[in-house]
Amino acid sequence: MIRFEDVSVTYDGAAAPVLSHVDLHVPEGELVLVVGRTGTGKSTLLRCVNGLVPHFTGGTLSGRVTVAGRDTRLHPPRELADVVGIVPQDPLSGFVTDMVEDELAYGMESIGLAPDVMRRRVEETLDLLGLADLRHRPLLSLSGGQRQRVAIGAVLTTHPKVLVLDEPTSALDPGAAEEVLAALQRLVHDLGVTVLLAEHRLERVVQYADRVVLVPGGGAPLVVGSPADVMVSAPVAPPVVELGRLAGWSPLPLTVRDARRASGPLRERLAPLVDEAARRSRSALHVVDGDPALATSDVVVRHGSVPALRGVTLTADRGEIVAVMGRNGAGKSTLLNTLVGLHVPHSGSVAVGGAAPAALRGRELVRRVGLVPQEPTDLLVADRVGEECAAGDRDCGVGAGTTRAMLDRLAPGIDDATHPRDLSEGQRLALALSIVLAAGPPVLLLDEPTRGLDYAAKKRLVATLRELAATGHCVLLATHDVELAAEVATRVVVLADGEVVADGPATDVVVGSPMFAPQVSKVLSPQPWLTVSEVAAALVAAS
Amino acid sequence: MSRRTAHALGDGAIPRWLHPGAWWVWALGLATAASRTTSPIVLALIVAVAGWVVSRRRPEAPWSRSYAVFLRLGLVVIAIRVAFTVLLGAGIGAHVLVTLPEIPLPDWMAGVSIGGPVTAEELLLSVYLGLVLATMLACIGAANSLASPARLLASVPAALYEVGVAVVVAMTFAPQLVADVARVRTARRLRGRPDRGVRAFVGSVMPVLEGALERAVDLAAAMDSRGYGRTGPVAPRVRRTGSALLLLGVVGTCVGVYALLDGGTPGSVALPLLVLGLVTGLLGMRLAGRRAIRTRYRPDPWALPEWLVSLSGVVPAVTLVVVSVLDPDVLVGQTAPLAWPGLPVVPALAVAFAALAGVVAPRPPGTAVVRDLAPARRPMLEVAA
Repeated sequence: MIRFEDVSVTYDGAAAPVLSHVDLHVPEGELVLVVGRTGTGKSTLLRCVNGLVPHFTGGTLSGRVTVAGRDTRLHPPRELADVVGIVPQDPLSGFVTDMVEDELAYGMESIGLAPDVMRRRVEETLDLLGLADLRHRPLLSLSGGQRQRVAIGAVLTTHPKVLVLDEPTSALDPGAAEEVLAALQRLVHDLGVTVLLAEHRLERVVQYADRVVLVPGGGAPLVVGSPADVMVSAPVAPPVVELGRLAGWSPLPLTVRDARRASGPLRERLAPLVDEAARRSRSALHVVDGDPALATSDVVVRHGSVPALRGVTLTADRGEIVAVMGRNGAGKSTLLNTLVGLHVPHSGSVAVGGAAPAALRGRELVRRVGLVPQEPTDLLVADRVGEECAAGDRDCGVGAGTTRAMLDRLAPGIDDATHPRDLSEGQRLALALSIVLAAGPPVLLLDEPTRGLDYAAKKRLVATLRELAATGHCVLLATHDVELAAEVATRVVVLADGEVVADGPATDVVVGSPMFAPQVSKVLSPQPWLTVSEVAAALVAAS
Repeated sequence: MSRRTAHALGDGAIPRWLHPGAWWVWALGLATAASRTTSPIVLALIVAVAGWVVSRRRPEAPWSRSYAVFLRLGLVVIAIRVAFTVLLGAGIGAHVLVTLPEIPLPDWMAGVSIGGPVTAEELLLSVYLGLVLATMLACIGAANSLASPARLLASVPAALYEVGVAVVVAMTFAPQLVADVARVRTARRLRGRPDRGVRAFVGSVMPVLEGALERAVDLAAAMDSRGYGRTGPVAPRVRRTGSALLLLGVVGTCVGVYALLDGGTPGSVALPLLVLGLVTGLLGMRLAGRRAIRTRYRPDPWALPEWLVSLSGVVPAVTLVVVSVLDPDVLVGQTAPLAWPGLPVVPALAVAFAALAGVVAPRPPGTAVVRDLAPARRPMLEVAA
């Protein structure tokens, strides 16, 4: 169905090709997962399939890409619209119309289908993706998962033979992600659509894949194989696979269910170690000295007439890492924004470092609390990393080189002359983080920091956050990433509908929650293990 | 939808989108009416009628809030007008409210004065004139909340479709720019930079434009991959002829209209020129449209409700234009000497007629319908019988 023959892609002005000599054949009806670190060319590979590379992006493509027998050299993306449906990373950026039903029809209108055919297919697609209740809704009013399903539906109506998705679940909460993946499953099983899918959150998707394509980057050849085979040696792997590697299970389990079935002996070995682990519980890190680092009391925040926070009372101390979880739209970002004074509470009080953040301006604010927004790029203003760091020093009124020193600690080896846009996601996050940290705020807030991060970058982030907590920072992060929360958080706060519904040590809140439990916890429950590293440490200590 | 159901009127009809063109004809009719009068009562009536229809028939969508936005814009217009009158007014009229200190100006600016007496007559006149603009803005706002610009685009002829898309994309940029400005201000605050004032504004222009450009590129990629701009096989000769005819037609029409309005050119020359221009343009559009292979999903029908809604907008426009020619004094809000505004009966009735739109138009889909109980009760009665 999709055939890459000796394909190399070099962007204009780039020294080395992004992809070199790629050979890949995807037969009809397969669900293929594309994995790899950030910046290795996954997106480029996906965009080659419908000719956006090179027709739209520029650059040079050698070799040949054919889809359903059509050569992308001869067919620009619009001529492939009836064969390939491509869903961009941010569905909102690809919407052309403003209502759900019109958006579903747009592609069919463009290729000129007859009105009765369009009508029938819109109805079929609404049913297939469970969108019937949303048909008259404006696109802007939809939640993240709904938007993603509409974006998939919008390309499906032209009956493409191939569906290409770039990180379809990275911005979604666990529940919405499952909705989207279930819809994809249905397409593959019932309609025989060929799906090519890139995703960092392997723990969510690897069990659905027929084959995995690992893009190693740096011009190395692709690794293609069954999920279990590729996962044995892949540098990126979900926790359940890492646990399998640690325990030496063969064949390597890809799903929680398989791992659970294989985990009997491991659980027996771990049972006597549980008390030991509890003694070294992470809440021991937590230091209380005088006033809490941040405190809110009965805070109500409204967006227009809609209440986003309905009476949130929360305190956090220095040395704590608090993960704020909850579904999309539960009020996580609103809480963080209120803590830096972007929203003025309707009632209730907020204190960060003893002052109400909404009244603070400029340096007064950034010395007390720092927020890394969901899109770290929003913070960046300059064309070069060097200038960015210098600007950061001036903004915070700290000695020259402070920001740069911080950056070198978080992500060593970034050249001063690089454009921030050319950095990898992880490096960009590190840059934004060092700008925020340069002012030395005791309270650090992060909004969805792992979006688009690969496992290696995530590990570095975890290490950074632990170090910050150990040096007396209070860290509060809003996240959908249960694995990150399990790894790093000392405390988990669950928000639902603008209210705190759970607040306690990570182990207590997360274990036993079907939505927020990490994979390791699901495999080893009822024992309170959250991460592979905990298990590994306990095993090492025991032997 | 069958022809018959499309003709059903009002709350009883199956909810559907009214043809956006009908809403625009209605709103522009009201705006035309507003432009012919300074009578505050008629103007207020127009705003009220438009507001009532909007409250009854607007869909639950982001753009449907624009009526309130345009109302506020209208208030700003009035405020600006009044402020200018207070500052620059010549002080004509008998009732001096307050006398501001006058700033002496050099001789060459004779006739302009800053400060001086402020009279009630002048102030009232500026309020009335501001009200005219505000009312017209309210009419445009009403059209915007009742019919989305994108739906209007869908009814554009095929040849003009691509131009229309560009216009709509440009229009959706405005709200996104507002969101971008907020985002950049947030970022400035988080970096400890000033987030208010002139410096903050200057500092945020570049990031906002950059963001807009990036989004445009993303949208272009998405539209391209979804088949935007696919063309059918048409001989280059036909294509070129179509474009040439279209261009000629537009030029001919413009010259014809100018000649007709100019008055210096005899009508026997102007009228044929206009007709010729229109015919050439239409022919060119037909030929150019042949390239487009687009089809329309669920086109909005133009049925009885559309006719009635348009009519209810055209009636006030025609009435006020006729009245303004026959009996112009009725439509003037009197300011010198000061007097309570009178109620011009015929224009007021004509404007009130525009409220018909709120009754005959079917509800938009997706809004809650307040059903009367009668149909629900009927089966029970049948059982009882």
